[in-house]
Amino acid sequence: MSVLLIAEVTEGALARDATAKAVSAVLDLGAVTVLVAGAGVDAAAADAAKIAGVTKVLVADDPSLAHGLAEPMAALIRDVAGDYTHFVAPGTADAKNVLPRLAAMLDVMVISDVMAVLAADTFARPVYAGNAVQTVTSSDAVKVLTVRTASFQPAADGDAAPIETVSVGADPGLSAWIEDRVTESDRPTLTSAKIVVSGGRGVGSEENFALIAALADALGAAVGASRAAVDSGFAPNDWQVGQTGKVVAPELYIAIGISGAIQHLAGMKDSKVIVAINKDEEAPIFDVADYGLVADLFDAVPRFTDAAS
Amino acid sequence: MKVLVPVKRVADYNVKIRLKADGSSVDLANVKMSMNPFDEIAVEEAVRLKEKGTVSEIVAVSIGVPQAQETLRTALAMGADRAILVTAGTDVHQDMEPLGVAKILAALVESERPDLVIAGKQAIDNDMNATGQMLAGLLGWGQATFASNLEIGDGQAVVTREVDGGLQTVSVKLPAVVTADLRLNEPRYASLPNIMKAKKKPLEEKSVSDFGLDLSPRLSVSKVAEPAGRQAGIKVASVEELIEKLKTEAGVI
Repeated sequence: MSVLLIAEVTEGALARDATAKAVSAVLDLGAVTVLVAGAGVDAAAADAAKIAGVTKVLVADDPSLAHGLAEPMAALIRDVAGDYTHFVAPGTADAKNVLPRLAAMLDVMVISDVMAVLAADTFARPVYAGNAVQTVTSSDAVKVLTVRTASFQPAADGDAAPIETVSVGADPGLSAWIEDRVTESDRPTLTSAKIVVSGGRGVGSEENFALIAALADALGAAVGASRAAVDSGFAPNDWQVGQTGKVVAPELYIAIGISGAIQHLAGMKDSKVIVAINKDEEAPIFDVADYGLVADLFDAVPRFTDAAS
Repeated sequence: MKVLVPVKRVADYNVKIRLKADGSSVDLANVKMSMNPFDEIAVEEAVRLKEKGTVSEIVAVSIGVPQAQETLRTALAMGADRAILVTAGTDVHQDMEPLGVAKILAALVESERPDLVIAGKQAIDNDMNATGQMLAGLLGWGQATFASNLEIGDGQAVVTREVDGGLQTVSVKLPAVVTADLRLNEPRYASLPNIMKAKKKPLEEKSVSDFGLDLSPRLSVSKVAEPAGRQAGIKVASVEELIEKLKTEAGVI
């Protein structure tokens, strides 16, 4: 058995944390070769070679790979294919774009969001936004999987593995990159933040959401919202945490004025520590909170912000 | 131009799911079912393109149990012109894999010849996030997944995509597959007159056996279990106590 692991590359740089977490997920599946694809990725390849457990790095350096477009990326991986039994990537937006396409081209079924590798062909993965965990066994000759990075610790640094260059075929020319707009905010993004502060319907208005934002800024946190708050127009759609919004698992999740509807809990219950502030002591959010404070948020949140600033 | 929109019937997003006692699957008996929320967004986008005059015909497709007909009626009430139901069996617990779904959709694309397929990015039951990408891979079409904005130009679609840390805009040659993310639009509720009208719109019924494809599943599910549980913690009396606990006990601030 052997693994081809597709490194996560962002603007030419290796996303080490995500890549090293995927490496540690698949160390038991055989020798791990990492494919670093992009434009101007020599340094990224050198970084990938130093992840413990990596036995070889393949570099594909070509302008067509600069932005991770699915069509040239999937074609590249298929061309590199060789004898690998497993094609693996960290479960990032880029990998979730590319790997199902690759799997279809190889006529195999992709296995998304692997939380545990139980055997070479058997994996655990969340369904229903994490409300259930299914164990699946693949009968396909090769396995294509994305790894839920929150479930694994990153592999440590090790001795540098050898680096080889692979040739890149012609760009299929089906799509073209126009621009990237990195979120213009000093706040971390919801899905990668260590702390998330979310407000719900109890916040009451769009203006009052400034209280949530102020606490988030004092803690260096991302801002989230429940679907109820989004549907009420208090917060934009892209702040939504929940089954149909973003699924987050930060170190600390602070739910303010959120009752704890099923759809919201599905999006945040894997957080390491959950705090709930709500004036209704019967609110279901308290059933999952490590620390519950029954209080009026308009009193408690400004005091929390002052203490944290 | 013509748009094909695949829609899936799933447990409503507000339902608290239960597992079957034998741990074989989620129990869907007597559970409220709805259109997958991301598919609603896909239907809405197609309807808006038709209202703008860009699109002339919207075909909604569902592959699953006969009751998926209700999901297709919802799509028709929202504004789709006609529907195709591909019956795959009668057991609501049988979930066809995205690879099989993509193969059937690819066959329908061959006969329907749409210029664009708009799909939801992910079904909220199996959470695979794969059907659109697999369909594009099978057809050799371009793809633009996780769309938060879609503009149709001359022979191409310009799509803004939700990616980690921000947005990416790409152009993709038509025909193409676009998958809808949450921010693409807010789907309408079908009005009563439109629900009545939808009952008269054409709905063609097919069976998976009509396609002559090998759709045997590649993944077998041996167990469906509850995730590691969460115990309710403690109540704190004040903001000061909360901060103290977060600093010293939890060590997270």
